[in-house]
Amino acid sequence: MTLPVLSLITWAPFVGALLIMFTARHRPLAVRLIAAVTTGISMAGSLWIYAVYDREAAGFQFYEKLPLVPPLGISYELGADGISLLLVLLTSIIIFAGVFASWTVVVRSQEFYALLLALVTGVFGVFVSLDLFVLFLFYELAVLPMYLLIGIWGSSGEIRPRGIFAWAYRETGVGTKEYAAMKLTLYLLFGSAFILVGIFALYVNAGAASFSFLDLEAASFSPAVQRWVFLAFYLGFGILAGIWPLHTWSPDGHSSAPTAVSMLHAGVLMKLGAYGIVRIAMGLLPQGTSDWVWLVGTIATINIVYGALAAMAQTDLKYVIAYSSVSHMGIVLLGAATLTEAGLNGSVFQMFAHGIMTGLFFAIVGLVYEKAHSREIGRMGGFGQVMPGIATAFTVGGLSSLGLPATAGFVAELLTFMGAWRSAHVWWLFPAVAGTFLTAVYVLRVAKQIFWGPPSPHVHPLEDARGPEWVALILLVAVLVVFGMVPGIAIAPVVPATVALLSRIVGP
Amino acid sequence: MAPLRRAGHLAGGVSIAAIGAALAGALVVWAEGARSDATWTWIPADDGPMATVGLLVDPLANAMLVLVTLVSLLVQVYSLGYLHDERAPALGRYYTYQSLFAFSMLGLVLSPSFVQMFVFWELVGLCSYLLIGYWYARPSAARAAVKAFWVTKVGDLGFVIGIVMLWAATGTFEFEALFAKAQEHALAIDGLGTIMFLIYLGAVGKSAQFPLHVWLPDAMEGPTPVSALIHAATMVTAGVFLVTRAQPLFALVPDVLTLIGWVGAFTALLAASMACVEGDIKRVLAYSTVSQLGYMMAAAGAGAPDASFLHLLTHGLFKALLFLGAGAVIHAVGTNDIFRMGGLFRTMPQTCVVFVVGTGALAGLPPLAGFFSKEAILAGVWEAGMTGPFLMLALTVLLTAFYMARVVFLAFFGRALASGHPHEPPWTMRGPLWLLAALTVVAGLRLALAESGEPHGPGWLAPASVALAAAGIALAWAMYQRGTVDPARLDGTFPFSAFGFMARRRYGLDALYGGLYRGFILGFSRLIGWIDRYLVDGVLNFLSASTLRGGDLLRRIQSGQPQDYVYGVAFGVLLLLIWAQWWGS
Repeated sequence: MTLPVLSLITWAPFVGALLIMFTARHRPLAVRLIAAVTTGISMAGSLWIYAVYDREAAGFQFYEKLPLVPPLGISYELGADGISLLLVLLTSIIIFAGVFASWTVVVRSQEFYALLLALVTGVFGVFVSLDLFVLFLFYELAVLPMYLLIGIWGSSGEIRPRGIFAWAYRETGVGTKEYAAMKLTLYLLFGSAFILVGIFALYVNAGAASFSFLDLEAASFSPAVQRWVFLAFYLGFGILAGIWPLHTWSPDGHSSAPTAVSMLHAGVLMKLGAYGIVRIAMGLLPQGTSDWVWLVGTIATINIVYGALAAMAQTDLKYVIAYSSVSHMGIVLLGAATLTEAGLNGSVFQMFAHGIMTGLFFAIVGLVYEKAHSREIGRMGGFGQVMPGIATAFTVGGLSSLGLPATAGFVAELLTFMGAWRSAHVWWLFPAVAGTFLTAVYVLRVAKQIFWGPPSPHVHPLEDARGPEWVALILLVAVLVVFGMVPGIAIAPVVPATVALLSRIVGP
Repeated sequence: MAPLRRAGHLAGGVSIAAIGAALAGALVVWAEGARSDATWTWIPADDGPMATVGLLVDPLANAMLVLVTLVSLLVQVYSLGYLHDERAPALGRYYTYQSLFAFSMLGLVLSPSFVQMFVFWELVGLCSYLLIGYWYARPSAARAAVKAFWVTKVGDLGFVIGIVMLWAATGTFEFEALFAKAQEHALAIDGLGTIMFLIYLGAVGKSAQFPLHVWLPDAMEGPTPVSALIHAATMVTAGVFLVTRAQPLFALVPDVLTLIGWVGAFTALLAASMACVEGDIKRVLAYSTVSQLGYMMAAAGAGAPDASFLHLLTHGLFKALLFLGAGAVIHAVGTNDIFRMGGLFRTMPQTCVVFVVGTGALAGLPPLAGFFSKEAILAGVWEAGMTGPFLMLALTVLLTAFYMARVVFLAFFGRALASGHPHEPPWTMRGPLWLLAALTVVAGLRLALAESGEPHGPGWLAPASVALAAAGIALAWAMYQRGTVDPARLDGTFPFSAFGFMARRRYGLDALYGGLYRGFILGFSRLIGWIDRYLVDGVLNFLSASTLRGGDLLRRIQSGQPQDYVYGVAFGVLLLLIWAQWWGS
């Protein structure tokens, strides 16, 4: 009997959450240590499976199965292939860094960490589950704690009601953290309704009385079923992936959320959506995929350009970062929609790269906010002199974001471009490339405003990052640079998975 | 590295030692004339690597290696003196960037494939951005840094699209494989002209060709040694290097080559005209760099890559010399304005001598290095039958000699205007200056000996070009030294007044781009931001607010008064009865 390592990775944070709730009352340091250790276990586990994954054999490995409801074909079935491997690694890095980045949360830190860790178990669970029913349970576990995390620990901004719907803005309280929490939760639950319907449709139509991904993969579905089920999955998972025009929960939600939650949500949860589209929608519905990629790719190009332009228009630093996620998720979905090896590898790599870079960004914004007590870009200036470490980390993140070589962002974008020009819709290349230019404009503009120039008269920043905060920054910066310089370590295990996926869709 | 970075001068020592070792290695490789092509997988794929990294060593790369390491070494030594007053952490940061630049530039030179070249291409751009913004607290430096990044990025968009298209058509990024295909005439791809034009766009940005040259003059906000290294001798020549490296591919598309030649010659003339009216010594040199890059590109376009590359090398030496000399002057008098200098020959004779050597080389006076490379370019363009570009380049010879002589006369001769006590720089700065001056002379003599047998081009070319240069110098002498021609009056007469007016405003290009940036990109982004916030999200808020209001209305039905409920039941029964009636009939 081998060690159930995927279960270990998945449940370690959950155990940590229980320990925090029951043993660490009013002991803030113990709370943080438990969180660091349990997420450290997950990270060690994910590094280990990453190292020992058999790249020759490929396919799903570290397989575990435990029947839960045999008559209905529901079982606790776990396995990881190259794609899940990379995303599990991403999750463990982000949450580990997130624990350190939110070291200074004061209010109810016990509940905060417990909810955060429970949420992470849900995320790990989605990435390693092979049973769609269990996967859906994990998915909901990953989405729901967000409501409390944002509603209690979040921060409110100010948005002036304007335009023809101004009355609706006053009514719903746009800008407050309660509004953001409610919007995010309702939007994502709306999406998960479509996912649930899609899963049941596959279960019924396969006729195999099993929710297992492997059984459903072997089943064949009629083209009509594939068409509408693919669309249901695309809509359901797409909302979480931030597809235009269903993305507006993301800027409000991510801006209102506390640091670690923004990191986790933009860094990892949005990837759940993209992962769902690639793994479940594309993996199970080859015919549906070929029918709908034109839509997926076209909306992705809108995401790229529109998100970048919207990011440029923002005056609140957190909103800039949040809209940049909308733009970068477009690269993820565009890569997948190209149906080429380069594009799919780029898509998976971008999930990883964007997760790390946006995690880094939100960590930095959290630090800047905590020190300068402002998120208004216009009120900042000259911070580079007092916080050179934070400025450097922001610059590296920004460079990765605009696709500078030697950072992970470049590899992802290059592969996506290569895929786009070899796809059936070559014009996708141009908006994608234009998006990188727009990203360069808004990222460097923001960096210049905040860190360069003479010191701002409005805000007096106090100091550079300290102790535990450095852990988060250095870890994330190092990952961005290492994976950018040696992308092979991430792509090599992904290749067999994407090639297998493609051969089902477009033939070998 | 953080503690070492804070050590300042120690960090400089480490960096200098490293680049010194690189120079030694480059000289050994050069002496051996080594050739090698080794690659490793960078981005794996199912059937063989999708992209590789590696080292390609050939004579072209060898010569560049020596130039880059030599100028880097001299500039880094010079910087010890020039940036003596900087705080230790800032100096450490400076040398970190310098080392990163040297690494990136060498990586670019040794690239065996387009993708690796693009990687390092962007990295040298990053170093340029960081070093222009070295004094980041200055708003002008911050602006110039992002401007340089954005403008070159515009060209790079073309570059990346071009190599992706080339890869999609051929399945490889490797130079060797592509050249082999070109040789076997197996590169008959549709749209190869478009592809090569897009790749050339990258060179337009990086090598400051019209219309993307606007970033280079502003890049002078960086420390002067940086301008000497990055914005004169090495990085800006990457575009020329790219065109030279990919010559076998460009040779297949003569239309693109012709375009390169015309754009290069036009850039040379345009930049030279702007240099003639500029009062900032570094900006004069920057325009002169743009102009000389135009020469190199014109030669590359005319199918004379050897002449182009030769000029790249000699220009690297004497332009670094000129920038470092200008740095010594700025260091001494504390201003960039040539009209506030004067008479520096008496206080800084050594600097004056080396600066004059550099000026002579740039103006194309024999037997200095610049004469031979410029001759070769003019001959190449003439022989290619490109009369238009040839005339533009010949006129540029005159202008080049004029604006450089103008700087020399205004700064070093005439009445002493500089405040304070100008003095010769310390030996860390003088050493590199003398060495570069000596190399300029030696390279010139070496070329004179090598080429004595077979002169380039028609026999009248060399005398004519020297005569043009002499005329330019004489004009500058008459205007700024002798005073026989009043510059103000000349500037007031047509057509000089019109050209002066436009050249001082940089032909409106900066204003145009500024307007496009603010009006088009930022304006469009504000529009999208508004739409997103108030329309896309507005529909959502409308739906949710309507739901809330609807719920509120329905709530009122439940009033808690029995008579309301009785009315409700009665009304319901009535409805049912009517409905049953209709259904029945």
